[in-house]
Amino acid sequence: MSNALIAEQVLNGVQSGVVLFLMAAGLTLVFGVMGLINLAHGSLFMVGAFAAAVTAATTGSFVLGLVAALAAAAAAGALIEVLILRRLYQRDHLDQVLATFALILIFSEGVRWAFGSFPLFLDIPSALSGTLMLPGDIPYSRYRLTLIGIGLAVAAALYLLVAHTRLGVRVRAGEDDREMIAALGVNIDRLYTTVFALGAALAGLAGALVGAIQSVQVGMGEPVLILAFVVIVIGGIGSIRGAFVGALLVGLTDTLGRLFLPALFALFMDGPAAASAGSALSSMSIYLLMVAVLIVRPTGLFGSRT
Amino acid sequence: MRERLINALLLLGVPLFALWAQVADEPFMITLATKVAILALAGTGLNLALGQGGLVSLGHAAFFGIGGYAMGILASHAQSYTPLLDGPWVIEGTNSMPVIWLVALIVSGLAALAIGALSLRTSGVYFIMITLAFGQMFYYFAISWPAYGGEDGLSIYVRNAFPGLDTLDPIQFFLIVWAWLVVILLLVASLSRSPFGLALNAARQSPLRAETVGIRPYRLQLTVFVLSGMITGLAGALYADLNRFVSPSMLSWQTSGEIMVFVILGGVARLCGPLAGALVFILLEQVLGPVSEFWHIFLGIILLLIVLFARGGVLGLVAGRERVRV
Repeated sequence: MSNALIAEQVLNGVQSGVVLFLMAAGLTLVFGVMGLINLAHGSLFMVGAFAAAVTAATTGSFVLGLVAALAAAAAAGALIEVLILRRLYQRDHLDQVLATFALILIFSEGVRWAFGSFPLFLDIPSALSGTLMLPGDIPYSRYRLTLIGIGLAVAAALYLLVAHTRLGVRVRAGEDDREMIAALGVNIDRLYTTVFALGAALAGLAGALVGAIQSVQVGMGEPVLILAFVVIVIGGIGSIRGAFVGALLVGLTDTLGRLFLPALFALFMDGPAAASAGSALSSMSIYLLMVAVLIVRPTGLFGSRT
Repeated sequence: MRERLINALLLLGVPLFALWAQVADEPFMITLATKVAILALAGTGLNLALGQGGLVSLGHAAFFGIGGYAMGILASHAQSYTPLLDGPWVIEGTNSMPVIWLVALIVSGLAALAIGALSLRTSGVYFIMITLAFGQMFYYFAISWPAYGGEDGLSIYVRNAFPGLDTLDPIQFFLIVWAWLVVILLLVASLSRSPFGLALNAARQSPLRAETVGIRPYRLQLTVFVLSGMITGLAGALYADLNRFVSPSMLSWQTSGEIMVFVILGGVARLCGPLAGALVFILLEQVLGPVSEFWHIFLGIILLLIVLFARGGVLGLVAGRERVRV
């Protein structure tokens, strides 16, 4: 196994971690501030990917596609928040799970109805296609590197937003005591819609960015959503920092597990058996990571202990 | 009182419908009734954890699928006359239903013990996410493990055997399934009246109060989670036998969601809620399916309306909000 291959896989792990962070950040913000578990977050990811694919195909501009993804996902998020989810904040988690599961059905079948079951394709912009030589003679995809850059920039911006702006102060206050900030004259409904639309936009951005690597199709959001849940369980609910660390851990464990576990099994098993045992175990690796974290810290690495 | 009347109506109505279909020579209708009964059994398993224990598990497809694979693996070895395990202990495959049921119950119970013991270290929204994640773990495992069909699943050519019955006759298979449903419903009903059920209810409503009177919620919840997983696993084995096919889709998160939909559609914590829910689900599928290929949109809208406006489910609408016992 060459160093270049390992370096490439590490970068791939970081790249998938960054995408997971975009998903997990929205989920964890929404849960932290509104106490809502949103299964339809994966649908917003899908909405972003479809909006980007359609816009990029008609205008020919990838950047316009990204803008459309952000706008469409934020709009869809704000819409479902105002119409439906707002009524569920005071309900128990079971009602939230069901209502958002119902939303998945509506979104998925609605998109299938509008665009058909065949996948759409979103091309990588020509300026970002091809590979780049990194220091140490490591060839790496320009697009994936850009993706890592965008993800890190969003993470930094989100940190600044939450830590240093008025909106961030309100968000943090809302996590601690929602009655109190309402009493202090903050329009709590508007705050909730803003936070939800922000989380939705991040999911839409993630969908559009990943849509250029994978195909854009119905049902693409849920596997990512469940991985984002694993990230949140590992990082701790409500913690953006936890989401970031958890996302990178999950991305790296998954990618490197797929690389190393079959090779590891090949040391003491013969070819095909090692390959199948390795692939089966590597498909479980992130869940085993989750179990390990749960045993040591049941509320996640950065979760509050209450 | 009205709920009891409706329960009786459901419990008599479905077998009468199957018998009518037998007389009218409509085997497809019997198969539909069998499907309702099996899905109701899966839902009854989840309802035990959800309604009695307050454990919102979004990973019950794991047990449903494990039950299905228990049947698929044993029957495929019997079909190809190869031993399941070679070596010091030879384990043969089997096509005997009672043995398959026993294996499905044990294996899904063990899986529920492991998942429950870990997931119950947390509660609330963590529990939902973790059970969902564990379900997905089994799904990916089934896809990437090539020995039993991987992504394509396993087909069984002949339905497994039950001594003295012809299981390929739809009505006889329906009666086996129905007998299981009735037995499990009786068990669940007596469980909820037992000291165990009462303590569990106390632990659900106020874990702190339960603890101060000497009840340990963790043990009760783990026990009910294991029982719940076993019932859903049994349903999985029957479902695989109905279709003579098992595939990773039985383990997928959509299956977990659908099992939960049966429970909620019918009414949480009501004895016959899952039966009512499964019945309504299959009716909707049969009525709306031919109308539009996208009938899941309507299912989604109906589900949303029930969550927002009719929190007792279908039984709640018909039988009124008050429950016999909370």
